[in-house]
Amino acid sequence: MTAAAVAGSLLVACGEGDIEEADVPDTAAGDDGEAVECDEFDIAINPWVGYEASAHVVGHVAETQLGCDVEYKNLAEEVAWQGFGSGEVDVVIENWGHEDLKQTYIEEQGTAQEAGSTGNEGVIGWYVPPWMAEEYPDITDWQNLNEYSDLFQTSESGDKGQLLDGDPGFVTNDEALVENLDLDYEVVYAGSEAALIQAFRRAEENREPLLGYFYDPQWFMSEVPLVKVDLPPYEEGCDADPEAVDCDYPLYDLDKIVATEFAESGSPAYDLVEAFNWTNEDQNVVAAYIAQDGMSPDEAAATWVEDNPDKVEEWLS
Amino acid sequence: MSDHALSVRELWKIFGARADRVVGTADADLPRSELKERTGCVAAVKDVSFDVDKGEVFVVMGLSGSGKSTLVRCLTRLIEPTAGEIVIDGEDVRSMSTARLRELRRHHVAMVFQHFGLLPHRTVVDNVAYGLEIRGLGKAERHAKAAEYIDLVGLTGNEHSYPDQLSGGMQQRVGLARALAVNPTVMLFDEPFSALDPLIRRDMQNEVIRLHSEVGKTMVFITHDLSEALKLGDRILIMRDGELVQVGSPAEIVAQPADDYVRDFVSEVPRSHVLTLRWVMRDPLPDDSLEGPVMPADRVVRDAAREALDSEHPVRVHDGDMFLGIVDDDAILRVVVAEEGAA
Amino acid sequence: MTTTASPPTRTVSPPPAQQRRGLGLRSFGRRGALAVVVVAWLGLWTALRGRATLEIGGAELTGFHEWLDRQRDSLAAQRDTNWLLQYGVGGISDGLNATVDFLRELISEPAFPRPFPEIGYLGVIGVFCLIAYAVAGLRSMLLVLVSLLAFGALGYWELSLDLLIVTLVAVTICVLIGLPLAIVMARSRKVDAVVTPALDLLQTLPSFAYLAPLALFFGIGPAAAVVTTALYAFPPVVRVAAHGIRHVAPTTVEASRSLGSTPWQQLRTVQLPMAKRTIVVGVNQTTMAALSMATIAALINGPGLGQPVAQALQSLDVGAAVVASLGIVIMAVMLDRVTTAASVRGELATRRGDSARLRRTALAVGVVSAGYLVYLSRTFSWAADVPESPDLGTPIADATSDASDWFIDTFRDSTQALKDGFSYGLLNPLQSVLADSPWFVSATALLAIAGIIAGRRAVVSTAICELVILGTGLWNEAMNTLTTTLVAAAFTMLIAIVVGVWMGRGRLVDTVVRPLLDTLQTLPPFVYLVPFVALFAASRFTAIVAAVAFAAPVAIKLVADGIRGVSPTTVEAARSAGSSSWQTITKVQLPMARGSVVLAANQGLLYVFSMVVIGGLVGGGGLGYLVVLGFRQAELFGKGLAAGIAITALAVMLDRIARYAVTRTGRT
Repeated sequence: MTAAAVAGSLLVACGEGDIEEADVPDTAAGDDGEAVECDEFDIAINPWVGYEASAHVVGHVAETQLGCDVEYKNLAEEVAWQGFGSGEVDVVIENWGHEDLKQTYIEEQGTAQEAGSTGNEGVIGWYVPPWMAEEYPDITDWQNLNEYSDLFQTSESGDKGQLLDGDPGFVTNDEALVENLDLDYEVVYAGSEAALIQAFRRAEENREPLLGYFYDPQWFMSEVPLVKVDLPPYEEGCDADPEAVDCDYPLYDLDKIVATEFAESGSPAYDLVEAFNWTNEDQNVVAAYIAQDGMSPDEAAATWVEDNPDKVEEWLS
Repeated sequence: MSDHALSVRELWKIFGARADRVVGTADADLPRSELKERTGCVAAVKDVSFDVDKGEVFVVMGLSGSGKSTLVRCLTRLIEPTAGEIVIDGEDVRSMSTARLRELRRHHVAMVFQHFGLLPHRTVVDNVAYGLEIRGLGKAERHAKAAEYIDLVGLTGNEHSYPDQLSGGMQQRVGLARALAVNPTVMLFDEPFSALDPLIRRDMQNEVIRLHSEVGKTMVFITHDLSEALKLGDRILIMRDGELVQVGSPAEIVAQPADDYVRDFVSEVPRSHVLTLRWVMRDPLPDDSLEGPVMPADRVVRDAAREALDSEHPVRVHDGDMFLGIVDDDAILRVVVAEEGAA
Repeated sequence: MTTTASPPTRTVSPPPAQQRRGLGLRSFGRRGALAVVVVAWLGLWTALRGRATLEIGGAELTGFHEWLDRQRDSLAAQRDTNWLLQYGVGGISDGLNATVDFLRELISEPAFPRPFPEIGYLGVIGVFCLIAYAVAGLRSMLLVLVSLLAFGALGYWELSLDLLIVTLVAVTICVLIGLPLAIVMARSRKVDAVVTPALDLLQTLPSFAYLAPLALFFGIGPAAAVVTTALYAFPPVVRVAAHGIRHVAPTTVEASRSLGSTPWQQLRTVQLPMAKRTIVVGVNQTTMAALSMATIAALINGPGLGQPVAQALQSLDVGAAVVASLGIVIMAVMLDRVTTAASVRGELATRRGDSARLRRTALAVGVVSAGYLVYLSRTFSWAADVPESPDLGTPIADATSDASDWFIDTFRDSTQALKDGFSYGLLNPLQSVLADSPWFVSATALLAIAGIIAGRRAVVSTAICELVILGTGLWNEAMNTLTTTLVAAAFTMLIAIVVGVWMGRGRLVDTVVRPLLDTLQTLPPFVYLVPFVALFAASRFTAIVAAVAFAAPVAIKLVADGIRGVSPTTVEAARSAGSSSWQTITKVQLPMARGSVVLAANQGLLYVFSMVVIGGLVGGGGLGYLVVLGFRQAELFGKGLAAGIAITALAVMLDRIARYAVTRTGRT
């Protein structure tokens, strides 16, 4: 009854705005007039902000320019790939290697296929906070790490130095590296990206020593530009045997994976995904909008799209 | 058999894992504690037999642990007996199917419990109508019937109260009405008043006496209270450690206790309230006057005392037309005065 | 008549003094034995430290892990050929998806081609208020109204309704299956003996361990989310309802039997109605458990408020996480109060003598108003859309973020020292003894300790659990986890007893603290991970703090209720005998509230174990990390599931030891 009263007063206050059913969007708004309409477009969201940035930029463009009904699905990598087969996921917009998943879903099941590079270059490695690189310039060479291992001792690593690893989702060779490079360190698992970022942030603010696994593109790099420690350079095949790895991580060419069904549907969204390409800096800008400025992912994407019409235009043509 | 409302023959109830292997062996004769030690079984009811007449109030009395509550539950197999025979209205209870047994419980035998066993989430009228509901009676019909019995037990006006809003005595009236409402031929009472205050207990006992005279049901009444037994019982069965010690009318029990256990029990009973003339009379001697007033043999001494003492002649005791003997002033005074002394 | 009948022989109890001495001796013997075991353990640890610890590397797999992987793969391969998977699981999945999607289009997400759901904002408010009034009364209706307005004001209208839908569907499934199971369990010891361990398993096996395969079979989205949620939320309703039914006053059941009722009639007219309140408590616990799965379900795209929580944590946005969590808390309070009120509404109305006609009139008015609101919300967009203002979400998010920053800045240095002291002083030595001893030494020592404090049955349980852990190939990790959980459980109980006694003895304290505990209990634990990591860095200590924060509220409440339940007469007697407060607490209240304290320990333990995985996300390491790893990396699935099984074995082991220890030292 209270609600009725509220409703009554509202009715008086504003007596307009009838609900109109949306026109079923028929074709893409592009001037070349695609034959196939966009319809539903399911983008998996893997759990890191950089990914979210790429996904929402693509999604925003698909929605506003192609009239797609975009749906974002929050999924871990493994689960997202499962979705290719069942039609629940159309695209994983930023893939870091994952040769095992490619083997299963592209080679064996054939439910997925590659759709080219995102233009982003993935770097994985060991990092220290900037203040340390300034104070101990030679720390960025792995051969000096043992000299500094005392600095990195924590209650978790005992009498060795602590090497902080992060999100369990990433393949890490760190245990093997420590072993094979004879480093006086112990790998300690922070357990999540959030924990890792928090640790680095804290280390920089308080000038505490910290050595940890990290990666780029990553929005946090624009807040605290971590400095990479040089491991023995990567050579083709030096990481073939996970137990015997003694070299740095390779550069990852981050690529896009799409459902085979989606690729063959002729949807304009597929053409967009295939054409999508930008730089690490681009992604970090959008990611920082989200993570630092507190914008919603869609706002962040819209802002960037507005600022970069030429790039977007390129994807659509 | 058919003139008995209820007959029990050689009833046994033994609790324990191998209970059925005890009856009929030498173990069965062991005292409780030894049986327990040897077999792990507890004999709650041991070889009990009795008959209850139609319309009779039959009291089973014993201290706690004597097996009386188990006995009464065995009658309708709320507890499954180990051995023996139970006949109610001419039908063998132990051989009944589950369905037939339910029929018996629904229509022939109803029970009143020590802790009332009311449904706390139902109002008085729904509690009283519960047995009828179980039978499948429609709502209007069972409520009408329930109202009758609520009236009978004097609860009119409380139909829509919940049990926890009533006093203990009133709650037991609900229990009573619930049992009466199914119109059973036999009513079983398991220490129904022992949880009540003394004054309320007395009211409730009188209530039972009144109801008995009004509805004339056969009643089996369990109690640990001798005065209650004597007050209500036409006959009393005394149990100890699962065994039957004595069966008899109140006067019989008081006048001729079967053993020291019973004697000790009845030692403080006001005998004049219990003993009937039959138990104090004697055969007339040649010089006794036979002109005194005539009284029935089952009149209690207390009721006879005034008239007997006022009369010049000893009272003549008759059973119907038959002359049984005489009671003189001495006999009366022995009963009454002994009691004064005891008090 | 002066004969004194011989009184029935009574068992003469031994004089108290003697008894006490006997007991004292025995407990000294126990303590002595315990000391011997510990000294022997320490000796062997010193001598053999680091040998046969069964440590395995991060990517190392045992045959069992690979076997689990193969099982998953072969099941996955059969997904489209095996009829049970296709029609059974597929059918369930389709049914659930259809149900959830239908409900979402009805109230929360645009029902294409409409830009709004079938029933928009005002309509939903009208209908929900009407339902609340009809089933639970006026006060519940107001609560629902305020809660719904809050969902809108926090900026999470759709996601709140999504969460409500998923939760209600999951809880409905739990109740539909759980209640009959509880009834059977209450009536049959055999069923009970089979079902109880299965429930233990469901409650302690971390859902992360089976999340990925679940998504594989049930698909991504609502169905998998509902199933995950239901699996975790299932045990409480079964346990509590079975307990309630089993403990219905036997006299009443007997009275019903004496009137010739069938078992079904007894159930319907006596046991269920009399156990109703307990059953409702069980349903509420299941609802709370379902809500606590919201964030985890979000990892497989389960719709609802878990999504913004999970997302906010990626960008370390404590404020946003708290706002979304607040929605979950409000949802929890709303559901709890409304179901409780609904369970007593009918009886209460009869007792108060409420006018049935008034109610009918009110209902009729309600139906008409709700219908009108639905009409409005279907016709006008202003009625269908959630109002933009007031916006409570943004200020709350900002305020919490600021508060959290301030807190972290202020306390960081002291917390760092605390963490280090704690880790070096207690955690590291304990972990070293447990995990660096050869496995057979630790295993034997644990068996001996179990035997000494809890008797032979505990030895059997402990042995079985140890075998399971050895079988998972994760002994060393399990010992690491055992260390953190033991410490967390000990601290949980310490806090529970201190705060619980304080609450139990003072009404005012209780009134102030209890809502705080309710909030802490329903807040998704993910929310305080970020500030905790900031305070204590990624470490086992952080995992312990998180576990204690999660487990303590339940334990505190149980202890407080126990203390309050101690008979006032006894407390009065103690006071009249001149006891000090301390004496009253230690000699009267705590011993008499023992049952509750034990229950608190048991629940505290289970809650601590359910945080092992979350602990793995903040540096807790051990089994928890492996479980997360298994979820995130396909090739480590088997190892993750094995770690989950090891967690369950550990939990069961500690639970049984505690339980038997209590029954053993129980009555004298």
